Amino acid sequence: MTANAQLKVSDEVAISIENMNKWFGAFHVLREIDLTVYRGERIVIAGPSGSGKSTLIRCVNALEEHQKGRIEVDGTVLSSDLKNIDKIRSEVGMVFQHFNLFPHLTILENCTLAPIWVRKTPKREAEDVAMHFLEKVKIPEQADKYPGQLSGGQQQRVAIARSLCMKPRIMLFDEPTSALDPEMIKEVLDTMVELAEEGMTMICVTHEMGFARQVANRVIFMDQGQIIEQNEPEEFFNNPKSERTKLFLSQILGH
Amino acid sequence: MSDTHSQTAFVRTEVLPEAPPPVYEQGIVKWLRENLFSSVANTILTLAAIWAVYYLATATGPWILNGVWTTSSLTECRDVLQGDVGACFSVLAERWNQLLFGFKYPDELYWRPLLAFALLFVALGPLLFFKVFPRKFLALTAVYPFLAFYLIWGGTIMVPVFALLGFVVGIIVYRRLVLQSAAMGLLGAVIAAFAFWYATGFITGPMANFLALEPVPSRDMGGFMLNMMLGVICVSLSLPIGILLALGRQSNMPIIKWISVVFIEFIRGVPLITLLFVANVVLAYFLPPESSLDLILRVIIMITMFASAYIAEVIRGGLAALPKGQYEAADSLGLDYAQSMQLIILPQALKISIPGIVNVSVGLFKDTTLVSVISMFDLVGMIRGPILGASEWNGVYWELFGFAALLFFVVCYSISQYSQWLERQLQTDHR
Repeated sequence: MTANAQLKVSDEVAISIENMNKWFGAFHVLREIDLTVYRGERIVIAGPSGSGKSTLIRCVNALEEHQKGRIEVDGTVLSSDLKNIDKIRSEVGMVFQHFNLFPHLTILENCTLAPIWVRKTPKREAEDVAMHFLEKVKIPEQADKYPGQLSGGQQQRVAIARSLCMKPRIMLFDEPTSALDPEMIKEVLDTMVELAEEGMTMICVTHEMGFARQVANRVIFMDQGQIIEQNEPEEFFNNPKSERTKLFLSQILGH
Repeated sequence: MSDTHSQTAFVRTEVLPEAPPPVYEQGIVKWLRENLFSSVANTILTLAAIWAVYYLATATGPWILNGVWTTSSLTECRDVLQGDVGACFSVLAERWNQLLFGFKYPDELYWRPLLAFALLFVALGPLLFFKVFPRKFLALTAVYPFLAFYLIWGGTIMVPVFALLGFVVGIIVYRRLVLQSAAMGLLGAVIAAFAFWYATGFITGPMANFLALEPVPSRDMGGFMLNMMLGVICVSLSLPIGILLALGRQSNMPIIKWISVVFIEFIRGVPLITLLFVANVVLAYFLPPESSLDLILRVIIMITMFASAYIAEVIRGGLAALPKGQYEAADSLGLDYAQSMQLIILPQALKISIPGIVNVSVGLFKDTTLVSVISMFDLVGMIRGPILGASEWNGVYWELFGFAALLFFVVCYSISQYSQWLERQLQTDHR
């Protein structure tokens, strides 16, 4: 019995994507994507590189614009209206492969910037919240350092804390461990597992299949811009249906 | 064979203690060896350099030390020196005020530009050393331009006060309207400010004597004061305009983008001297004869446009050097365009651009001497015109131009040193 089943998933819709298509120039990167994410769900998206996984989650907070179809996040339909987009972005946290911390600000300032300027939280309160989340990711002692002085794993945990400071209702992870040394991957994954156990709605693009087995309640396999297969992790790993999925799994789990 | 095996399976049981480096790797010996005598070629260069320094010192030393400071013409200098090598610095002493203030600025009012110059440091302090001073000291910086205008040009105090209030009105309107949209806010602020200035224009006329300092017209400004005025005003105006142009050039909005591109490319493609001639001669044809747009203002506009086009390109380089992830991280946190530019993008892009900005600023400051070509009497204009033209000083080239070079060098070198210090201050990695 894995942790998945113990975590209840509500039937309240957090993200719904219908018939979404995206092109980069003439290249059709995402084709007819349909995906509904319920509140509290933890979804792992896997697939070979270039399959459109990252592009898909970047469409959710409008870092990439989709050309066709409908995306609704937390009850707000994504449109080209900038206010709409900023509202969605402030509710949806994102963690990047290359951390993207702001190198000219201290760790604490990185964490308090958006709450102060976007949420208009008083500075003192924002700092309290930031310290709370820095403790949660286990690096409160680094608060006054600059990102350049931290290790990759520490930087990524700060990036997670920075997102959490906005009290997001949904978290997107775009290959959060791909740029890390092997010995640092675990500390980041531990943080993510903890977050998942608290019931955060998460979509993770990752190659960490162990993480998928442990916390995901749905694994989605993408190839060539389409969703090929989605299933509960047990079924997905032990009994993949499509040939493409089988090939992919044999390649990444083979050694 | 068995020996090599035991070599491979080596285990260190204790850590070796730290040993001091050899004598020739320490102190001045090391420094001399590494920097002056590290190779044959280096040794030859060192000896050549020592000879060059010696030659220069023996050549210029007597010239400076024998310098004459108290005569009243070049002929008298020659009489005093009686064929010896020596400079005729008397010209600097006698024409000191002309070199600094031009030949028309009233003598009894010299304290006003001097006070403005002293206050410049008070105003720049909070801006240049922003980590030392609390933010509210920036109010001094904001008030300074109006105060300096009042001191240098004189006239009623109401003109700079209303000018300042116009900006305040604009900012208040902007704060109100920006909640609806940024473009509305900007437009409203500009309209409100200009309306305010237009309206108060009717009041300043009748109040011309209210708290008035004796007015000094622009054409009476000259000397190094004019270079400083043009330099300070144009650099401080061209930086914000350059930032806006650089952002405009990156904009998604085609009209803004094309206006920026055309402006930058046109201005960069034209020599500054032609722009100055345009300011001097051509604009006079187009403007109505009674228009009061005076020459200094026209020159300021031209030099500012010129410098801002260059600064825009320097900053565009800084913007391009930022990883795309910085823009995305700012976006993903819900910061709007203005916030992400102000808080994330520009602080980093400007830091990268510091050497380039300083380059343009220093160049611009030196280029202010070009106004001598359109018959304005800046430092170089004063030297070439009234001073060398006077029969008693005709022929004193080295002393005068050397003095001009020294003044410019002091300012430019200070700017350069400040910028290097600033770069070290802003360094945030591996401290």
